Amino acid sequence: MHTAAGSQARLPIRSDMDLVWVRQHVRQTAAQLGFGLVDQTKLVTAASELARNTLVYGGGGTMETETLTGGATPGLRLTFSDEGPGIPDLEQALSDGFTSGEGLGMGLGGARRLVHEFSIDSSPGAGTTVRVASWVGRPPRPREEA
Amino acid sequence: MPEQAESTAGSPTLEIKDFLRRRREQIAQRWADEPLFRAVFTVSRDEAVEAGKAVVDALAQVADAARLEDPDAAGFTEVREQLARMGTARSRAGLSTAQVSGELAALRPPVENLLLADLPDAPAEHTRACVTALSVLMGTLRVVVMQTALSEGQALIDRQRLQLLEVATPVIKLWDGIVAVPLIGTLDSARSQVVMETLLESIVEQQARYAILDITGVPTVDSLVAQHLMKTVAAARLMGAECIVSGIRPAIAQTMVHLGLDLGTVVTRASLADALGYVLHQLGVGIVTPGANGTGTSGAVAR
Repeated sequence: MHTAAGSQARLPIRSDMDLVWVRQHVRQTAAQLGFGLVDQTKLVTAASELARNTLVYGGGGTMETETLTGGATPGLRLTFSDEGPGIPDLEQALSDGFTSGEGLGMGLGGARRLVHEFSIDSSPGAGTTVRVASWVGRPPRPREEA
Repeated sequence: MPEQAESTAGSPTLEIKDFLRRRREQIAQRWADEPLFRAVFTVSRDEAVEAGKAVVDALAQVADAARLEDPDAAGFTEVREQLARMGTARSRAGLSTAQVSGELAALRPPVENLLLADLPDAPAEHTRACVTALSVLMGTLRVVVMQTALSEGQALIDRQRLQLLEVATPVIKLWDGIVAVPLIGTLDSARSQVVMETLLESIVEQQARYAILDITGVPTVDSLVAQHLMKTVAAARLMGAECIVSGIRPAIAQTMVHLGLDLGTVVTRASLADALGYVLHQLGVGIVTPGANGTGTSGAVAR
């Protein structure tokens, strides 16, 4: 599957098999945009964490990819949305080691450290939307202390 | 023709049924020349004609039951397998779904021409109704073929998924007391369960004290994969075997650090060779390589 620059795609996240497809799609798109191997891996890993959250905690949803051509270098934005129960306490959810399920509790906070931009929008009963974006060749975001 | 005069008075559906029975031979002959039949039945033209007749019979039966729009009509039962074979033969030949559908659509015009030739004096309205009925019937035939071909594809995918689950987890004995598992592909919950089971079994079988988990072939290590690895390591440890995780590529290592993953007390090595070297050292096995003069012995010796 080829994705032209400036294009958008929308992938369903309904099963484990969809997670495989999400990872492969993000990897291919990132490679085409010129992301280096390390940045590709970071983005794919972040996508894997967030897509799994969408599946496991949100009860399924979608991932939208959008290539960003406005900046100095190309970028990639990924938007994960679900219509699940939402997150009551975002601060807590983003802290390492917290989990409402059986995972390690590193997914959300870890994904934030793997990308340049991270925003999350959620309230109980209204679903969750997570947006992340990274750009080719931009140095990693300085780590903010939680 | 008396038959024709009789049937002109009937409903379009019955008209179609009579027409199909009457023109069975001609329709099958014309279909045998169409790309779909020519490509599927390559042995002889007679074979294609016979297959065509079977399909015409089925269509006539469906028309007789007045179920033109029903892909599940009993009339299709006997030809369903044959239709599925035709559909899959074409998609295996590399045709897209749209192309197969197009080839099926090409079966309609020859039949329609025969039908029009049979109704020269019928009122225009009746002719139109008959042509529409035929189109509906041929459309249903298309749906039946696509349906059977798709369900065949789904069955194939399910079979292959099961095969992958089994095939991709070999446990290799590297040395007395050392086993290795080269992990390849996606390590989801189902597969990691299989990996853990086969590894634990072989630890018992081989009386292994060391197990190397090589993740060179795992494209993405996220928190779930890490969790699976640590669970496997913990289980192996309970059985008295130490686990070494090898094959951690630079990109994966950096990502794991950012993600905040810590494999804790698990021994890790960059490559399988490093891991083997470490374990041999732990077991007190040394490697002697030939000296510069070539007089040394090669191979591993117990110290």
